[in-house]
Amino acid sequence: MNVQAWTFTLVGLTFALYIAVAIWSRARSTRDFYVAGTGVSPLANGMATAADWMSAASFLSMAGLISFQGYDGSVYLMGWTGGYVLLALLLAPYLRKYGAFTVPDFVGDRYYSQVARFVAVICALFVSFTYVAGQMRGVGIVFGRFLEVDVGVGVLIGMGIVFFYAVLGGMKGITYTQVTQYCVLIFAYLVPAIFLSMLITGNVVPQFGFAGTDLASGLPLLERLDGLHQELGFAAYTDGSKSTIDVFFITAALMVGTAGLPHVIIRFYTVPRVRDARISAGWALLFIAVLYTTAPAVAAFARTNLLTTVSDRPYAEAPEWFTTWEGVGLMGFDDVNGDGTIQYVGPNAVDASGAPVRNELTIDRDIMVLANPEIAGLPDWVVGLVAAGGLAAALSTAAGLLLVVSSAVSHDLLKRGFRPDISERGELIAARVSAGVAVVVAGWLGINPPAFVAEVVAFAFGLAASSFFPVILLGIFSRRMNREGAIAGMVTGITFTAAYIVYFSFVNPAADTPEHWWFGISPEGIGGVGMVLNFAVAWMVSRVTPPPPEPVQIMLDKIRVPRGAGAAHEISA
Amino acid sequence: MSRSAEAYWRANVRLVLLLLAVWFAVSYGAGILFVDVLDRFTLPGTEVPLGFWFAQQGSIYVFVALIFVYVVRMNRMDREFGVDEGDDT
Repeated sequence: MNVQAWTFTLVGLTFALYIAVAIWSRARSTRDFYVAGTGVSPLANGMATAADWMSAASFLSMAGLISFQGYDGSVYLMGWTGGYVLLALLLAPYLRKYGAFTVPDFVGDRYYSQVARFVAVICALFVSFTYVAGQMRGVGIVFGRFLEVDVGVGVLIGMGIVFFYAVLGGMKGITYTQVTQYCVLIFAYLVPAIFLSMLITGNVVPQFGFAGTDLASGLPLLERLDGLHQELGFAAYTDGSKSTIDVFFITAALMVGTAGLPHVIIRFYTVPRVRDARISAGWALLFIAVLYTTAPAVAAFARTNLLTTVSDRPYAEAPEWFTTWEGVGLMGFDDVNGDGTIQYVGPNAVDASGAPVRNELTIDRDIMVLANPEIAGLPDWVVGLVAAGGLAAALSTAAGLLLVVSSAVSHDLLKRGFRPDISERGELIAARVSAGVAVVVAGWLGINPPAFVAEVVAFAFGLAASSFFPVILLGIFSRRMNREGAIAGMVTGITFTAAYIVYFSFVNPAADTPEHWWFGISPEGIGGVGMVLNFAVAWMVSRVTPPPPEPVQIMLDKIRVPRGAGAAHEISA
Repeated sequence: MSRSAEAYWRANVRLVLLLLAVWFAVSYGAGILFVDVLDRFTLPGTEVPLGFWFAQQGSIYVFVALIFVYVVRMNRMDREFGVDEGDDT
């Protein structure tokens, strides 16, 4: 069997599996639909959370980013895992005790305000749609490259699958398909990583291989990589080129943003008890860490592999995978000096006489994980497996996000907003219809991706960091925090962060350089500053306005102790 | 809030602050602010610069451990203060 046949077989098998699981676990009530009847075991919830969280970006793009950025790529590793510590220690147990269905539910009740609820709904919708568009693009890339179908058709197939199990199964269906998808994606990530590790370092465990020795040169892998980088005029792999303050704030924005993402938070509503919410955060991070500690190893292997296979080779002898990726426009070679050889070099490169050498190779960072098995000459079935894994990562995240969109509309806007008298049956129909509409919009965004997907995703993190996280945290830990403080804080945080990002990404992109940034903090990291502002404004405003009313104080006493959690329920504060 | 509930909440906040101090130290401390200092050393038994290792591996292992420590300590504290959820609900 060739690569394409393997890919069709493996993708087909996994899709059939997801559909079977979805039929077996479909939703029968709104409780099933929103929070899986709060009957999910902590281990299963941890696995589902891991799949929910690890998107096409984690699976396909992250190792590539680290591969090209070296130390600077650490912001993604620490940022996207450290947020779980905040979530587990500061938010998850209390939100589970409160027992709402959605994030705007908690915000609206805790701050006794429809305005706060409405602001939260808008944020949830915005964050989720941005993300979903990214996932659909990931689906399109995998289909386009490996199954050689049109990107549009690829997105349609992906949409069809998600539509089927998200609309039919709600949270319950999504949870159990996500458990299946975690198994698929982690297997698909580890197999090539182990192959590469054995090939390059002779060590079976990629995490050990990362700290081990490069077999070809006999040097420690990272020393060898730093050496190659210096030779070719790149910044040292283990050093990076971002300023310390920028790395600090980007990490902060990603961590806090992670803890504030609604599709991750709602996963903790699905377990039976407070202590299950605590432990499932632990399981989730453990399952995530399996991939996240492998990724930097994959990045280092891929970098070594790439530098030693393509650099200084005649273009005529370029391997087959090189030409295939060139065909889909994700790799490009421009023979600047006309010598027919591929010069892949960094900005500081010089030749023997000291004259600067120009780079001739461009590589899309998103393809490193997909191209890896081919670069290393791994068996065809591994390539097919990686494609199936990438799809699992994209679909599982897309489904979780679509559920947030659907519950924001049917629960927060209709049931708790404009149509409080809606019946259980009507709410369930509304939930399914809005999930369906959301799938179609997401698919459209996937086929016609906005040119600024990357900026918008950074925007989503900054927004979650500067809006949700402070409001929820203060809502639990501060008795004095009131409606006025929360709304003022959210509005300040969002406006500041959005203005900074919009200015540098859209209004004046030419000024998007470190010398123009405030204190050298990039738009990617500004959410961290927005969060600090949110806290400060919320605190000050709450001191000069009336304290929250009595029922909120009683509710706070209740959510601070685990006893008496029970099922998700509605509290009118 | 009763006196015991207040004591429970204070103990809870103290534990969380302690764990967050470790969380900050391994990521923002070892992985970012002091990365250059630590890079002069290597991870024992290997040739990996220590600060770089914390940024790309070590901090993540510590994060996982922190959550499990939190779970064990909180569950014990719940029972001590009599606010646990019992064996079933």
